[in-house]
Amino acid sequence: MKISRLLKTILLLDFISALIIAIKESFKSKKTLNYPFEKGKISPRFRGEHALRRYPNGEERCIACKLCEAVCPAQAITIESTEKEDGSRKTTRYDIDMLKCIYCGLCEESCPVDAIVQGPNFEFSTETREELYYNKQKLLDNGDRWESLLAANIKADNPYR
Amino acid sequence: MIEYLNILITEIYKIFLLIIPILTAVAMIVWLDRRVWAFVQKRRGPNVVGPFGLFQSLADALKYIFKEIIIPASSNKIIFVLAPIVTMTLALISWAVIPFSEELVLANINVGILYLFAVSSLGVYGIIMGGWASNSKYPFLGAIRSAAQMVSYEVSIGVIIINVLLCVGSLNLTDIVLAQKNLWFIVPLFPMFIIFFISALAETNRPPFDLPEAEAELVAGYQTEYSGMMYAMFWLGEYANILLMCSMGSILFLGGWLSPIDLYPFTLVPAPLWLIIKILLLFILFSLVKAIVPRYRYDQLMKLGWKIFLPLSLTWVVLTASYLFYFNLLPVN
Repeated sequence: MKISRLLKTILLLDFISALIIAIKESFKSKKTLNYPFEKGKISPRFRGEHALRRYPNGEERCIACKLCEAVCPAQAITIESTEKEDGSRKTTRYDIDMLKCIYCGLCEESCPVDAIVQGPNFEFSTETREELYYNKQKLLDNGDRWESLLAANIKADNPYR
Repeated sequence: MIEYLNILITEIYKIFLLIIPILTAVAMIVWLDRRVWAFVQKRRGPNVVGPFGLFQSLADALKYIFKEIIIPASSNKIIFVLAPIVTMTLALISWAVIPFSEELVLANINVGILYLFAVSSLGVYGIIMGGWASNSKYPFLGAIRSAAQMVSYEVSIGVIIINVLLCVGSLNLTDIVLAQKNLWFIVPLFPMFIIFFISALAETNRPPFDLPEAEAELVAGYQTEYSGMMYAMFWLGEYANILLMCSMGSILFLGGWLSPIDLYPFTLVPAPLWLIIKILLLFILFSLVKAIVPRYRYDQLMKLGWKIFLPLSLTWVVLTASYLFYFNLLPVN
């Protein structure tokens, strides 16, 4: 027993077998994604960058009920509103501080008209802090940009709500 | 006067012709190291910058150049700045004696191997200077560890070199390679090659003997306080040293620039290319070891160096000498 162990140590048997395994493994397929060119699958519920949606006729969905502002645990949302000529409410200001946001998804949950949603985009890093203080225009632009995906995701997630 | 100037200029020209390829090779070797490491772990490694990510080291170097160099207020500033310069210089000057072919050598001095050994032993000063001048705990501990480790393993490397010298009868590196024309020294001295390889790992602070920079205990060892280009110089010096150890291994044991078989298709390949191939193979083995072997404990490291390698290599010196003497094979020069 002891002699065999000694022989094993002297002949570096463990090391050689590890070396063979390492060489074999290095020719197998890679387990990691080639990230910037290849991306992982994202669930329809993914809580990424925020967006404000519109109705198909171009009217903003948001009715300035301020439920999202109230529910936001990080108090990242600021809303101001006025009354339109037709008597309905409309936001004049809808700011999200993306640095405060904890991406919990409560704003999306609380919204009665599916206006504020969190989209599938998670690559919105910026070079300055200021760029991450989103205003209404930025959020609406996001909504226009991602609308097809957002609608599809909401539809896919609908049966489980 | 003009003649002297001419000689000076040709020498400087030659030095640049040697140093620029070596610095490029060091950058490439860092990429290769990361790539091999990644492949063993089934990752991709750097593959974005340039073809196959070959320019990754260049991009990293550029990043280091533009980073701020922070010098700790309580440090010994002169020695702190000097340390990476010493490491880098010592790693580069040893290349002067490495023969890439029978003619292609910058300085074909008679005590080449001694010079190589002396310069690589001096390398520990850069590390000690860096660790001491930083004037903080982790670099100091890392430097002490590194010094102890390098000194211990240099002893066995020295004894292994004596083995080779017994078979050659010359300290000239070209002579050492030419003595292997019939049989590479890896065959008769195989156990010594293994010990040389493991000692080289320890000597260059590579895993599994990278205790001086054990991340878990010492942050980054002697490099902790360094940043920007100074850190990059430590890093370049380290890899240049690894490359040097690989070339030393291939010159002492793998027949340097000699082709494996002295036959037609092999002799077509230019001599320096053979040396480069051998260095690369050894280096790939270096990186594979990094990927598969867990780190040694410090007492195990010391035990391996002093209680196993030193007696083994000393015994082998006696064996080689007795064999050569008994069969009257001692080289006469």
